[in-house]
Amino acid sequence: MSDLLSLARKIDDRFPEVVQEIVEFRGDVTVEINRSALIEVCTFCRDDETLQMNRLSSLSGVDYWPEEPRFAVHYVLHSLALNHELRLKVYAPGDHPVVPSLTALWHGADWPEREVYDMFGITFEGHPNLRRILMPHDWTGYPQRKDYPLGYEEVEFTFNFERVQSKKPFPRE
Amino acid sequence: MTLTPDDLTHATEIESDHETVELALEELRGRVTDRAFTGETLLLNMGPQHPSTHGVLRVLLELEGETVITAQPEIGYLHTGIEKNMEAKTYEKALVMTDRMDYLNNLGNNLTYCLAIEKIAELDVPPRAQYMRVILAELQRISSHLVWLATHILDLGATSVMLYCFRDREHIVDMFEMLSGQRMMTSYIRPGGLWRDLTEDFLPALRKYLDYQPKKLDDYERLLDNNPIFLERTKGVGVVTQEMVLDWGMTGQMARGSGINYDIRKASPYTGYERFEFDVPLRTEGDVYARYIIRIEEMRQSLRIIRQAMDNLPDGPFRSNNRKYVPPPRSELGTSMEAVIHHFKLWTEGYSLPPGEVYVRTESPKGELGVYLVSDGGPKPHRVHFRTPSFWHLQTLGEVSKGYLVADLVAVLGSIDFTLGDCDR
Repeated sequence: MSDLLSLARKIDDRFPEVVQEIVEFRGDVTVEINRSALIEVCTFCRDDETLQMNRLSSLSGVDYWPEEPRFAVHYVLHSLALNHELRLKVYAPGDHPVVPSLTALWHGADWPEREVYDMFGITFEGHPNLRRILMPHDWTGYPQRKDYPLGYEEVEFTFNFERVQSKKPFPRE
Repeated sequence: MTLTPDDLTHATEIESDHETVELALEELRGRVTDRAFTGETLLLNMGPQHPSTHGVLRVLLELEGETVITAQPEIGYLHTGIEKNMEAKTYEKALVMTDRMDYLNNLGNNLTYCLAIEKIAELDVPPRAQYMRVILAELQRISSHLVWLATHILDLGATSVMLYCFRDREHIVDMFEMLSGQRMMTSYIRPGGLWRDLTEDFLPALRKYLDYQPKKLDDYERLLDNNPIFLERTKGVGVVTQEMVLDWGMTGQMARGSGINYDIRKASPYTGYERFEFDVPLRTEGDVYARYIIRIEEMRQSLRIIRQAMDNLPDGPFRSNNRKYVPPPRSELGTSMEAVIHHFKLWTEGYSLPPGEVYVRTESPKGELGVYLVSDGGPKPHRVHFRTPSFWHLQTLGEVSKGYLVADLVAVLGSIDFTLGDCDR
């Protein structure tokens, strides 16, 4: 997997100020970069002769609450011609997380970015249609955040049947 | 005629205040062309309760006559928060949720999730389990394609093929039931191997099935390939170009139908696919018909893989012997204190994975299925994200069906081959 590392170094050589860290784990190489330069780095990865990563394979968000920077967006870039892949990762702070949108480079980033916005509240700058996608449009809060509680329904037994029933949102006469 | 809020309230006969309708109109702005507001084009709502949307998909259609101008899928009706729920469960218990994502590819989802865990844990899978995983994944691919063929052809007006396909799929789910006791939600593939060894009746049933299915596939092809209505409705419809494939991140048959030879089983083999000989069907037309041909041919190739795996199925353990991750066999519980401890620990606290993050991809029947798994060193996943092919493919619907007729939209929807469970998770 050293060739992947050399590819990552290539990005490092080209954008020395931007690359924060190169992480290797189980044969995968992740390049952590500044979010401000995301589009330049992705354009370079796509157009460079030795990288040729012309396909955005996956896009997702992570919440590291309560650590700071709290959010991360994780990209997997894949090259069809050379069959290698690199992961890019950008971090965004907890208050006012903004990351540039990749929709100008790949239209396919449209829905995944909307999903990350919907679930984490990360705003993608330059996205043409940043609306909620999975949750109802009038939903408040961002469900995948770590400080967003997991809802549950209390189990019904004979002793608490009426109390549980009275809480359920049945239509009343 | 210019559309005003009053017209809208009248059309739906639902009491709604002026403000709500203004908001609804505002939401439409930018998503449809301006001509929709002057009444030149027709806005039509398709779904979420519509048989040819294959689930609860809503499509906002803008039509000029019968021609589709925009088709915007609205999803989320089947959103069950699987990714969030998995964060609250141990790795082993979260596995059962993966079954419920793509309900036509249950074992494939299990497999992908298990591969991610095994990659972080550096867990080795014995060869017998690997061969079995290949057999199961390919059986699942056939069953998913059969359901696709059934529903797709039904949308295009052929009823009998639908019945035949479901009859054949029944043989496959019966085999899954023999193995795991469940027809669909099997959870049979577990981290480190399988849940239990093969049952006695599985291999004879599989052998019988392998003799049965190829003839039936030929029958279906004979039924459809010479059918002028079918050809008329699929050839040259919903054309996907190579640029679109790269731009929209399409995989699977959507890519291979347009001449992009990308099959993850060949490009980066997992669970021992490199041991088997098979071809990747490829077409260059990029239309609905090309994707149909590819899926039919893929079923034949899957049968070929299953036959090789069945003939060479090695003996040996069916799951890893690493007791830190894999529960001990039931028989040891009565005699070994250590086994009891491991059993107790694994089923209460669960196991902790080393901190780190991986992305694993497999070739699901629909395209690239990826799992992004982040472990923080605890017994529960910090974050699981499923990159599902349905989600990435469905967003292309407007682009693929633009300029075709409404009736073609149904053909395009079918040929994308999505399940809403996979899309919304």
